[in-house]
Amino acid sequence: MKNRLKVLRAERDWTQARLADELEVSRQTINAIEKGKFDPSLPLAFKAARLFGLAIEEIFQDEPQP
Amino acid sequence: MNDLNTRSDSWARTNVKNTLRLGYWTAAWLITMALASFGPVFIWQSNKLLTGLAILFNLGVGFGMIMANKRHLKGLDELQQKIQLEAMALSLGVGLVVGLCYSSLDISNLISFDAEISHLVILMGLTYFAGVLVSHRKYQ
Repeated sequence: MKNRLKVLRAERDWTQARLADELEVSRQTINAIEKGKFDPSLPLAFKAARLFGLAIEEIFQDEPQP
Repeated sequence: MNDLNTRSDSWARTNVKNTLRLGYWTAAWLITMALASFGPVFIWQSNKLLTGLAILFNLGVGFGMIMANKRHLKGLDELQQKIQLEAMALSLGVGLVVGLCYSSLDISNLISFDAEISHLVILMGLTYFAGVLVSHRKYQ
């Protein structure tokens, strides 16, 4: 799953630690999501969408399996 | 901003508190385990009542440690929980498979020494530790 977390974070000039604080997760979790190594749960994706004022699909996009 | 600080502080503080609580329960369990193991030899000269009470006390503190671990796990975020789950699954699997194999070796006298439960505990501890390290690296 692709996501725009890093871009959205950079637009607000936030660090990973700041975003982690906002979403109440660890910085490692934000890093893993940004790198596509970990897909967040639906509640966490909704939380991120609420935080950025966007729809979930504007942040997370499905990637077809090769 | 103040709201953010309060919220994140509270999440982080709860995690620290849960970790410390688990540490205290684990230390207490180890101390009561030592008391139940060495007390009959060095303190109360094999008094059965005191030995039984020490073992029951150790069991009670053990359950407290389990509850503290459960609370600690519930307080972690979803990636941290996944890391713990993978490490515990590995530890349980290795413990079960190698433990039974080790027991079979002992029963069939293919090894010259007794299969001790402490060997299994050490193996499971090391496997869990390795599992946590590998998972942390995987999600870095």
